Amino acid sequence: MDALLHQVLAGLATGGIYASLALALVMIYQATHLVNFAQGEMAMFTTYIAWSLINAGMPYWAAFFLTVGIAFLLGVLIERVIIRPVEHAPVLAVVVVFIALLLIFNSVTGWIYTYTIKTFPSPFPEQRLFGRYLSPHEAGAIGTTLVVLALLYAFFRFTPLGLALRAAAQNPESSRLVGIRVGWMLALGWGLAAAVGAVAGMMVAPIVYLDPNMMGGVLLYAFAAALVGGIDNPGGAVVGGFAVGVLENVLGAFVIGNELKLSVALVLIIGVLLVKPSGFFGRVHVTRV
Amino acid sequence: MTALLQLSELKAAYGATRVLHGIDFAMAERSITALLGANGAGKTTTLRAICGMVRVEGEVHFAGERIDGRKTEDIARLGIAHVPDGRGTFLHLTTEENLQLGAYTRRDRDAVERDLDRVYTYFPRLRERRKQQAGTLSGGEQQMLAVSRALMLAPKLMLLDEPSFGLAPLVVRELFGILRTINAESGVSMLLVEQNAAMALELADHACVIETGRVVLSGAAETLKRDDAVRRSYLGH
Repeated sequence: MDALLHQVLAGLATGGIYASLALALVMIYQATHLVNFAQGEMAMFTTYIAWSLINAGMPYWAAFFLTVGIAFLLGVLIERVIIRPVEHAPVLAVVVVFIALLLIFNSVTGWIYTYTIKTFPSPFPEQRLFGRYLSPHEAGAIGTTLVVLALLYAFFRFTPLGLALRAAAQNPESSRLVGIRVGWMLALGWGLAAAVGAVAGMMVAPIVYLDPNMMGGVLLYAFAAALVGGIDNPGGAVVGGFAVGVLENVLGAFVIGNELKLSVALVLIIGVLLVKPSGFFGRVHVTRV
Repeated sequence: MTALLQLSELKAAYGATRVLHGIDFAMAERSITALLGANGAGKTTTLRAICGMVRVEGEVHFAGERIDGRKTEDIARLGIAHVPDGRGTFLHLTTEENLQLGAYTRRDRDAVERDLDRVYTYFPRLRERRKQQAGTLSGGEQQMLAVSRALMLAPKLMLLDEPSFGLAPLVVRELFGILRTINAESGVSMLLVEQNAAMALELADHACVIETGRVVLSGAAETLKRDDAVRRSYLGH
């Protein structure tokens, strides 16, 4: 029983990270109706930036917030420079751009920092808050995730800019007619998604270690989480993230073993697409004719 | 007197299909002008051209400024509110959020509050449904919402694309009555595209008849109402 509780709590910690990245995927999806395959690599790249800053002697939290800011600007820049020109291109062309971004970020990082695995510090103190069930970093990661999610919720729900972002994603034409600069809203969405991804990267790096391929598995779990929750539902993606984290951890520990854990994500992706393509909280698209 | 809106030699095309062949007309401040014409004559395209939603040749002047070639969002910020064909509702947002979006570019918070109150007075049904998802409103309610959202912009000019479309005659009468009140109370000019020519000519003080992308007839609404060709083609008597 103790072991199970431990696995569930640890699953919540990684689940929070999946939830953040899933949320980033959903934010881009709502605006473009496409899944940004490079989301994980963008997060990985910004985590390396944080590593450089910390190694240069910057205190952890200063590096943390500076990295979030840099990630935001990077997201805005990518949307403006790379995504904007293919805005009206066919789906496959955009998917190719996303995959290219994934490969470019992966290779550039490997080129700059080498593929050697590095350790990444955790900012959380060594004392155990929840006894033997949860490591301080896991507890801290859950807390950080919840803070990020609460901030995002408040931003989208209660600010005029958040409302404009939601409007621009839903109905760009009507948004322009009320004076919303839709292009900038999309760029802002990319910036926010990249910033959330950066937080996820910095929280997962102490667990999985820093290397250019660290987000490959995480992105798969996040994608499964977004699908489980419904790819167009931010709240669903968050619930999905925590659920996938717990499921992966418990199954990995007791049923299929750690080596086969990643297949949980793949089974979930295929299962959800087969049985309930709109996810458990997603909107079912019915077209009236 | 300078015109509020002036279109000169306005041409527009969808791909290779030319829809507007040179539209010319002007409308005065505080006036209501109706655009009449058969399906496919180019009425909707004229409105979309004014808003920068289609690429155009020719010139559009609004309140002394040349606006053709500008972005839709910048034209909206000048005070042109478009009630589009199909109503343009933000279906997944609440009624009140739809209205807040209408006032997105405004910074005068107190005046926005007053305007919100005013549209709720015009359309009490919207107040009842303020927390409801706009996609669940009836067609008539969504049309009221579209007009209200445009009003929240505090516009100088409203472009109304078939506001009567799909509405019961009683609802249309109510809506047109409110449009008349809005025009009288706040001096908002209106450019109205309508299939229902009889209703449109009753509301409007001016009218233009468009045929295959050109203005073929224009004048005071009273005059056009008695014009034989207009009566035969658009009024059915």
